[in-house]
Amino acid sequence: MREPEPLSAQVRRDLYYRMQLIRQVEERIQASYHLREMRSPAHLYIGHEAVAAGVCAALRQDDLVFPYYRSHGWYLAKGGDLNAMMAELFGRETGCSKGWGGSMHLIDVKAGVMGTSAIVGGTIPHAAGAALALRMQGRTSVVAVSFGDGAVEEGVFHETLNFAALQQLPIVFICENNLYSVNTHIRDRQAQVEIFRRAESQGLPGVLVDGNDAEGVYREAAHAIARARGGDGPTLLECRTYRFIEHCGVNEDPDLGYRAAEEVARWRARDPLELGKRLIEAAAAERMTREIELHIDEAFSYARSSPFPTALFPEEVVP
Amino acid sequence: MKFREAVRTATIQAMARNPAVFLIGVGIIDPRAVWGTLSGTLEQFGAERVVEGPLAEDALTGICVGAATMGMRPLLVHHRVDFVMLSMNQLINHAAKWRAMFGRQQHVPMVVRAVVGRGWGNGPQHTQSHHALFAHVPGLKTVVPTNPYDAKGLLLAAIEDDGPVIYIEHRWFHEDEGTVPEAYYVTPIGKAAILRQGTDVTLAAVGPMVTESLKAAAGLEQSGLSAEVIDMRTLRPLDMETVVQSVAKTGRLVVADSDWSPCGVASEIIAGVAEHALDALKASPMRVAWPDSAVPSSQTIEGKFYPGAADIQAAALQACARLQEAALVQSTVKRFEGPF
Repeated sequence: MREPEPLSAQVRRDLYYRMQLIRQVEERIQASYHLREMRSPAHLYIGHEAVAAGVCAALRQDDLVFPYYRSHGWYLAKGGDLNAMMAELFGRETGCSKGWGGSMHLIDVKAGVMGTSAIVGGTIPHAAGAALALRMQGRTSVVAVSFGDGAVEEGVFHETLNFAALQQLPIVFICENNLYSVNTHIRDRQAQVEIFRRAESQGLPGVLVDGNDAEGVYREAAHAIARARGGDGPTLLECRTYRFIEHCGVNEDPDLGYRAAEEVARWRARDPLELGKRLIEAAAAERMTREIELHIDEAFSYARSSPFPTALFPEEVVP
Repeated sequence: MKFREAVRTATIQAMARNPAVFLIGVGIIDPRAVWGTLSGTLEQFGAERVVEGPLAEDALTGICVGAATMGMRPLLVHHRVDFVMLSMNQLINHAAKWRAMFGRQQHVPMVVRAVVGRGWGNGPQHTQSHHALFAHVPGLKTVVPTNPYDAKGLLLAAIEDDGPVIYIEHRWFHEDEGTVPEAYYVTPIGKAAILRQGTDVTLAAVGPMVTESLKAAAGLEQSGLSAEVIDMRTLRPLDMETVVQSVAKTGRLVVADSDWSPCGVASEIIAGVAEHALDALKASPMRVAWPDSAVPSSQTIEGKFYPGAADIQAAALQACARLQEAALVQSTVKRFEGPF
């Protein structure tokens, strides 16, 4: 096989930046969650960073992502406003959803981060609808939709893959397979655990990707995005990755006993940030870390000093 | 113009007027074109805007949500309301939540048009209306047209609305004739219609019970009773003001609903009157609604299942303490000539 062309220094830096941003923001959330200022169920992305970073680095600014409730990573990787995200987690009026959504309902339409859902698989058909709309409107943007391995068990996943393949929509399906739906292993839930193989039965290509390798995710995503943009239809990428923190919350969860310590250690040894160190020089990475730290400081002060929403608005006029 | 033709005319006018409007649904390119209500749309607008859907009601509803947030105005068509049950996650958890969940920065201007299949023994799973289920949910508007004029006006209003709107269409009305203006117009969502003025009793009705209430009112006239008939038309927002004003005048209320009674629209209307016009009531309000069971298939029991004009008239006579005096009118017996 031909050796792939090396990525440009700019793309390598970009991949690392997006991962580092996500990791640092979430570590700060972890550090201050106990203060109970962020009263919203946080599903941390720590361990998954290479997926959102790799895909978003391959997308154009005017492309769209439809993330799921583990949404911080996708929001940040696509360029969502950090101040508005933190304000939303703090339940403030200046939040990206004005305090109505919380951690599971981030949105930044300007950055191409479309609304996220707390229902497993909920945004999969929205992404297909957006792709259909883009085609009807004659636009060249493409859509990427992310979801976990649990979503593959939902009917709407299969329904949407069929529709997207039938219509040859400009969309890329990204399954972040972290092996667990909450704390239940995929082998207790699925007979066919090679998720990428599900694509074939719906008439689209499925590709297995190392989800901890940002560079590999970037290459496969770029290929699938080019296919989508070129009118050749959808692709399913199964990105195998691992969640380091508990399903929901900011702590590790060895006490639950659903996963072996050796398993966690094995995946920790392939931490996407550690693997990503080869993308950028150490000094540059350090400078980047310091810059990000300043942005986070600013976002936390912005969130803390923002007002809380004060009024409910009735959805309808009910006498 | 017939009711079904009014639906077709509204659909074509909306699509011709606004390129953002498109049709999607299971079986919409079928040669029968949803009882003729979509005849000619595929020829006129092409497969780009008349999108045949796989049998995937939940995904199709979510696809409409996604397209609607991108500035499109999807019109999703179901041959039966019963099939909407397969899409409740996208309809209730997503479409109806979207506006509030993101602090009102996105709207979901989509319409779900769903047909009630009463008649020809359609049985328990092909005849449900479920309008009370939908009307329960904030963020979702529910309309039920009962005549050709509103069939067009409410469909156009629903398509114009920032939505989402569910449009419950009784196939029962498809052959009904009425005056329908050629021009584009809307029937405002949230406004009931007083179809007949009266002073002794208010008959507030939903769906096919509107026709039955008009018949009952004619029967009541024979007893010297003057009934006011209100077509609720929109169930959320519900026009309580019109009902309360009417009851303030008549002092008596019968609500006739084409759905089940418990936790239903009839209950909601009576609760509203109790809250806002209790002092005006001269008699206990009454509900005439479906029996508390599934809809049966066989013609002998299907006929017994549906309440009609006679039941409404009897309830009104009771409310007016005049039960012994009158002969009851005949409830409508309509034959839907199947098979579908």
